[in-house]
Amino acid sequence: MKYLWKKVGTLIITLLIVSFLSFFAFSVIPGDAAQSKLGTEATEEQVKALREEMGLDKPVLIRYGKWITQFLQGDFGESYSYSLPVKEIVLQKMPIMIALVLLSFFWILVLSIPIGIVSAQHENRLLDYIIRIGNQTVMAIPSFFIGMIITLIFGISLKWFMPGCYVPIEDSFFGFLSYLIAPSVAIALPKTAMAVKILRSAIVSQKDMDYVRTAYSRGNTKRQVLYRHMLRNAMIPTMTFWAMTLVDLIANSIIIEKVFSIPGLGTMLITSISNRDYPVVQFIIVFVATLVILINFLIDLLYAKIDPRVSIRK
Amino acid sequence: MKRVKSVYLLLFALTLILVLGSCRGEKEEGKESTLKNQSSQETNAEPTIGGSIVVGISQDLDSLDPHKSVAAGTKEVLFNVYEGLVKPDSSGNYIDAVAKSHTISEDGKTYTFQLREGVKFHNGAEVTAEDVKYSIERCAGITEGGTPLISAFSIVDCVEIPDEHTVEIHLKKADTEFLAYLIVGIVPKDVKDYNKNPVGTGPFMYDSRSPLDYVKLKKFDDYWDQEHKAYLDEVTFKIVADNSALVNGLKGGFIQMAARISPNETADLDKEKFTIYEGGSNLVQALYLNNAVKPFDDIRVRQALCYAVDRQAIIDIASNGKGTVIGSSMFPAFKKYYMPELSTYYKQDIQKAKALLKEAGYPNGFDMTITAPSNYQKHVDVAQVLVEQLKQIGVRAKIELVEWDSWLNDVYANREYQSTVVGVDAAYLSARALLERFTSEYSRNFINYSNPKYDALYEKANHSISDEEQIKYYKEMQTLLTKDAANVYIQDLKDQVALDSRYGGYEFYPLYVQDMAKIYKVTQ
Repeated sequence: MKYLWKKVGTLIITLLIVSFLSFFAFSVIPGDAAQSKLGTEATEEQVKALREEMGLDKPVLIRYGKWITQFLQGDFGESYSYSLPVKEIVLQKMPIMIALVLLSFFWILVLSIPIGIVSAQHENRLLDYIIRIGNQTVMAIPSFFIGMIITLIFGISLKWFMPGCYVPIEDSFFGFLSYLIAPSVAIALPKTAMAVKILRSAIVSQKDMDYVRTAYSRGNTKRQVLYRHMLRNAMIPTMTFWAMTLVDLIANSIIIEKVFSIPGLGTMLITSISNRDYPVVQFIIVFVATLVILINFLIDLLYAKIDPRVSIRK
Repeated sequence: MKRVKSVYLLLFALTLILVLGSCRGEKEEGKESTLKNQSSQETNAEPTIGGSIVVGISQDLDSLDPHKSVAAGTKEVLFNVYEGLVKPDSSGNYIDAVAKSHTISEDGKTYTFQLREGVKFHNGAEVTAEDVKYSIERCAGITEGGTPLISAFSIVDCVEIPDEHTVEIHLKKADTEFLAYLIVGIVPKDVKDYNKNPVGTGPFMYDSRSPLDYVKLKKFDDYWDQEHKAYLDEVTFKIVADNSALVNGLKGGFIQMAARISPNETADLDKEKFTIYEGGSNLVQALYLNNAVKPFDDIRVRQALCYAVDRQAIIDIASNGKGTVIGSSMFPAFKKYYMPELSTYYKQDIQKAKALLKEAGYPNGFDMTITAPSNYQKHVDVAQVLVEQLKQIGVRAKIELVEWDSWLNDVYANREYQSTVVGVDAAYLSARALLERFTSEYSRNFINYSNPKYDALYEKANHSISDEEQIKYYKEMQTLLTKDAANVYIQDLKDQVALDSRYGGYEFYPLYVQDMAKIYKVTQ
């Protein structure tokens, strides 16, 4: 219980710091939300009036205080650039991010488990070397660059998908999902390579364990030992890695959305930053930070669950 | 073990089906479109009623409220939803829309409108004089108090309704060009929050939107002008921020129309499948100089820069040879004001430029900074050529790329810059939209140009009742800008519009609008 309280405490403090930093960053960078909204036609008086209406004429700390009080009361404000409630437009974009993250996660699982096992089975033989070289290469390329390569090869040359032609989920669920294949693969590949590496070394590290020798001596075949005994133990570090990957996937999805012109949370965040749309930016940042912290928290719990030796001090 | 394997096999197979399946669908669609296209060419494009179109636009709408939206990209969409008392036509005149006729009093202070009967809003209600009064007063800040929503309406004194079909707008001071602003949308008085419930009288009505994704409009069947009703049933404006993605969308058949794309991009399109329209972008592209800072406070330095550049070369290198050389703050689409002779006032003359610099006390040239908004490649490209050309007279220019928002704030609002390459557009169909901004007192005179003669001419133009007299003054103002070398004027860029050959009817306007009511699907 004490552990839980400690975690909740960290969560709140982290969120406070994150939200303040992003709020503060906005007051430092050049640009003015009121001027940005009104464009070139507006007179100085109009800009001034809007600035007052938005409360931008007040010092940062007062603005932050006001924002956080409203935020805690569930009033997330109105977007400057859409004149719509922030909650409404951001929640509308949520399913896109969730779908993208889950699909990438799916690829990581589907690809890394068999490749990792094969690589471990063929330890230090030709197939293992090939996999490891391929692995190192993919791991070294950032996902947005893989995204560009995928667009170039599968989109523009082979025409398997239409780059930039995102299909809204309302129009066709199937079309939506198939458009997400390319970006999700782009996010998943570097992570898959890492997952393969971790699974492989986890399995290899089990090879010389006593329980493995015992298992062999009881007449189990190589396969039986691998799947029934070694894999189970190798899963502990692997699953922790998967969980941590989930956090990275969220971050990567923000960038990859821009590469594939997906109108999701990431594109919204970047557009809102360039429009100086503070309420939207603040909401997304706090939201993503919360998500990341929560997942990390779940990882801790999960870790204790898989490996009974790791116990949370009560 | 075998079970594990077969599960993977199944998953791989499923993925393969998904990928291959989706790509086959697209290919078939492509084939179909070429077939339709061929047949349409045989039967010689006849307009048909019905159908839908997807139009690619580069930015999302800032507001659906016609009085609160400011971005040009928003106005081009809302033009189809809202109408004013008058509206612009493609040749640059005002035609009556919600009003059926109008008169302007001798002193230029009272505008009287006879309302058209039977004009309906999208919600079914008929437009009343009360709605018109409300709309104008809302723009002027009379009904909602405080600052006017549209600054030009600050001169409105009051709006009166003598009878139920007549509206009189009284101005605080004479202004014979106020009609240009009355293209502003008329909205129903009893509807609240136009951003959520956009209700107008235009040929299309708002259907739905998804931020950063699309805005959908539907045909309005009860449109007052039954002869000019929309052809298409549905128009979807799809937001595609990246121009290369836009071209891909055109190629892939997801998007049927895209305006304002560059010749480089249209070159990529199949000429069989797309009709390319070309027109002026109606932007005054120039190297705008801050006339208040050194060394540009010296007219000789500014003139030296004008003599140093070869405009045609800039157009050839940076704009693919498409563009019209201009010499003042006016573009050719404004036929009655445009003065082609000004474009040759400064011919490239390196010797003269050097002599002028020497006279001004810069025999060895000077260092300068050109600020350019990084999101507008067309301006950045021109800035790069300028840097090279200015080297010839010893001026060492360097480019500083800034985000659009920083540009708005630092350059436009605070005037903290030396020079900038940008395009200035006209928000209204009047020379005033381009020339008023350089009067000394104008709050957005971002180049700090100040010439009492210019201000006096503007006052005169503002008060002239006859068109000819007014045009004369506006022309004198343009000439003054050229002679004073207020800016290094470069070109009116060319814009290209790509429209799927299965559609027709595209028309260019001298304003930043897309008239979707004129677009039709051709018979098959």
